[in-house]
Amino acid sequence: MKLPPRFSGRGGATGASHAPEEAVRNAVSGSKAGKLVFSLSSTMESVGEVEAAAEKLAAEAGLDEDACFHVTMAAREAALNAVLHGNEYDPAKQITASFENTGKSLIVTIADQGPGLDPDTLPDPRAPENLLRGTGRGIFLIRSLMDEVHFRQLHPGTELTLIKHLASDHPNP
Amino acid sequence: MALTIASREVDGVTILDLNGRITLGEGSVQLRDSVRGLISKGQKGILLNLGDVNYIDSSGLGELVSAFTTAKNQGADVKLLGLTKKVKDVLQLTKLYTVFDIYNDEASAIASFK
Repeated sequence: MKLPPRFSGRGGATGASHAPEEAVRNAVSGSKAGKLVFSLSSTMESVGEVEAAAEKLAAEAGLDEDACFHVTMAAREAALNAVLHGNEYDPAKQITASFENTGKSLIVTIADQGPGLDPDTLPDPRAPENLLRGTGRGIFLIRSLMDEVHFRQLHPGTELTLIKHLASDHPNP
Repeated sequence: MALTIASREVDGVTILDLNGRITLGEGSVQLRDSVRGLISKGQKGILLNLGDVNYIDSSGLGELVSAFTTAKNQGADVKLLGLTKKVKDVLQLTKLYTVFDIYNDEASAIASFK
């Protein structure tokens, strides 16, 4: 994976002692590789980079095509939400993304520095009155595509944790 | 891959052959401009051929819905042709599969506008 300069590994098993390219490769490969955390600017390019990293994580974990698509799309939607609705493209704010294969699950976290998000207030986009709305499907898609989704309020911001189980007793949606 | 759109006309219906991704910052604006341009010229039948669209995100879904409602408001129809599995799955998850007229073959789709 080609790595832009603003990727910076910090913490986790791979750590900052590796070259960035090696850190990403280690973090997203193997069944029990380490966790990579990095900060990204609030741009659409960052959304693409999160998507690419999630796709690599899922593919190298051996997920089938559908499950790879689910992880990749959910990560993209979370990053899109962070950049667009959380940080609102503010160049002074960053999103933080992490990717981890624990051997049992793939865990992707995406955090923004925005005003915060209350997931309980989001309307169901499938409801008849919302079906023809042009927006409001991102969080719904994330929840539909992943096995677990957790929201944590930061001060400021919101962190989404997306989990896809690898064990056979947790079937993919 | 960014979205490319080619336009052709069959029996009075404009077919937009879309290729690539319909996502925020890539394909959404092109799709919006293409559809609204056709509607403003008085085109009443628009068929979006999604057979080569391999990815759509929430923004792209919003654009499909917007195209559909804009057309309806102007007495026009936007219908879909040839969904890939990924696009079909996302439309089904969001229940938008029930909103659109969707066809697997072009001839049937064209005939439906008459």
